[in-house]
Amino acid sequence: MIEVRNLSKSFNGRPILKNVSGVFEKGKPNLIIGASGTGKSVLLKCIVGLVKPDEGSVLYDNRDFFEGDRDTKIAIRREIGMLFQGGALFDSKTVEENVRFPLDTLTKMQREEKQERVNFCLKRVGLENANKKMPSELSGGMKKRVGIARAIVNNPNYLFCDEPNSGLDPQTSILIDELIQDISEDFNMTTIVVTHDMNSVMGIGEKILFIYKGQKLWEGTKNEITHSNVQEMDDFIFANKVMSSLREKQ
Amino acid sequence: MISEIGRYFIFLGHLFTNREPFKTYYKLILEESVAIGLGSVLLVALVSTFMGAVTTVQTAYNMVSPLIPNYVISQVVREMTVLELAPTIIAVIFAGKIGSSMASGLGTMRITEQIDALEVMGINSISYLVLPKIAASMLMYPLLVIIAGVCGLGGGYIVGTLTGIITPNEYVYGIRYNFNEFTITFALIKSVVFAFLVSSISSFKGYHTQGGALEVGVSSTQAVTNSVIAVLLADYFLAQLLLSK
Ligand SMILES: Nc1ncnc2c1ncn2[C@@H]1O[C@H](COP(=O)(O)OP(=O)(O)O)[C@@H](O)[C@H]1O
Ligand SMILES: [Mg+2]
Repeated sequence: MIEVRNLSKSFNGRPILKNVSGVFEKGKPNLIIGASGTGKSVLLKCIVGLVKPDEGSVLYDNRDFFEGDRDTKIAIRREIGMLFQGGALFDSKTVEENVRFPLDTLTKMQREEKQERVNFCLKRVGLENANKKMPSELSGGMKKRVGIARAIVNNPNYLFCDEPNSGLDPQTSILIDELIQDISEDFNMTTIVVTHDMNSVMGIGEKILFIYKGQKLWEGTKNEITHSNVQEMDDFIFANKVMSSLREKQ
Repeated sequence: MISEIGRYFIFLGHLFTNREPFKTYYKLILEESVAIGLGSVLLVALVSTFMGAVTTVQTAYNMVSPLIPNYVISQVVREMTVLELAPTIIAVIFAGKIGSSMASGLGTMRITEQIDALEVMGINSISYLVLPKIAASMLMYPLLVIIAGVCGLGGGYIVGTLTGIITPNEYVYGIRYNFNEFTITFALIKSVVFAFLVSSISSFKGYHTQGGALEVGVSSTQAVTNSVIAVLLADYFLAQLLLSK
């Protein structure tokens, strides 16, 4: 479980996050949704510590990330896996080297053990025969899969995904969403997914936080989302034609 | 400008708060050294050979007095090549070739979030990515300068003797005449300093890229111009510092 308390962050005097709080639960994907430029990525980066918030705290299973000593910080970091928007694969390394990288740098595992783990993770994301490929040879969906494999290779307790299906076709998007959901359940991880894709929201949105201009305006499940009575969120979710026709039927 | 220089020194500070074991760096430095050496040796050899040749022809052209012996030509070529052309002009080439590729490589890693990916894993991305580049440059650049010196003198020899400006014996005599060994030391000190400046400034520019592909290009250009300016300033100060008596 990850708990965020009163996070605020400004860049050059411009407030981007305003007093955001929330709880992210274990064993399922927790969604952060909102329009582009509202601060979703900044929120995620604050949670993983890539950006230091001006105020507020982040608790990983009751361990304070920013207040904790260096060892706590390093320990938490090693329990984090993250999937970046474009995959962020190291483009001078092969698929296999990319996935093995966290094991190489963070663990003292033996070579065979690492290889077994890498193969297991690649198989888990459905990429058995791509070990020796370079990132430049992969499609967008495959890059995301390799990114997921790299994120989970070191058995993380926490998984973060920034727009896992941006730039993917609808079918591949659904596959990636389901993969993230299954992995979160299988390995009992606390997973946070940033998205603005309504398909994902309706597909895997067991727990949703809606961010609008740096503020959390609403929190709930996909079943509650259509009758929230929050005008800004209605504007966001019913911008989608399918969703608005759904509302008309209701 | 001032804050940029401040950020540069903070950046340098992060280089040495390293957390990775030495073995990791050893391998990375080796890889970078091979890339830097192989990537620039041909260009360096070509440019310095021609510079030596041109210096010989021009020096001869400017020495019209029959009272000046011919070996002075190769003596001038030697001083020019070893002191200035090899370390300094090749540093400009080095900035254009290696510096720009360091900046664009790191810039691409930044905008595609590869640097963030390293940081999330708890790796000090500055020391992991940049330290090997700087160390490899400081190892390889002096070697390149030595190659440039040899090629420059060789270029002068070939052109000088083929065009009949100077006889082989006179050329070799001039190269050896009144030679002060400190010149070589000075050239090597310069090359280590220049290598540090070019690689650290270019890495700094690339590492702090913000935006997209366009900004990577801008960083790469700025890396070259800023490195060249720094090299020329350092050239002047080193000459003041080490050559003034
Ligand atoms: N490092 C930064 N420096 C300054 N401004 C930033 C930085 N990172 C993000 N921002 C700004 O914060 C705002 C929110 O960005 P972001 O969180 O990426 O939006 P999104 O919700 O689309 O992920 C944007 O206006 C962006 O320009
Ligand atoms: Mg974003």
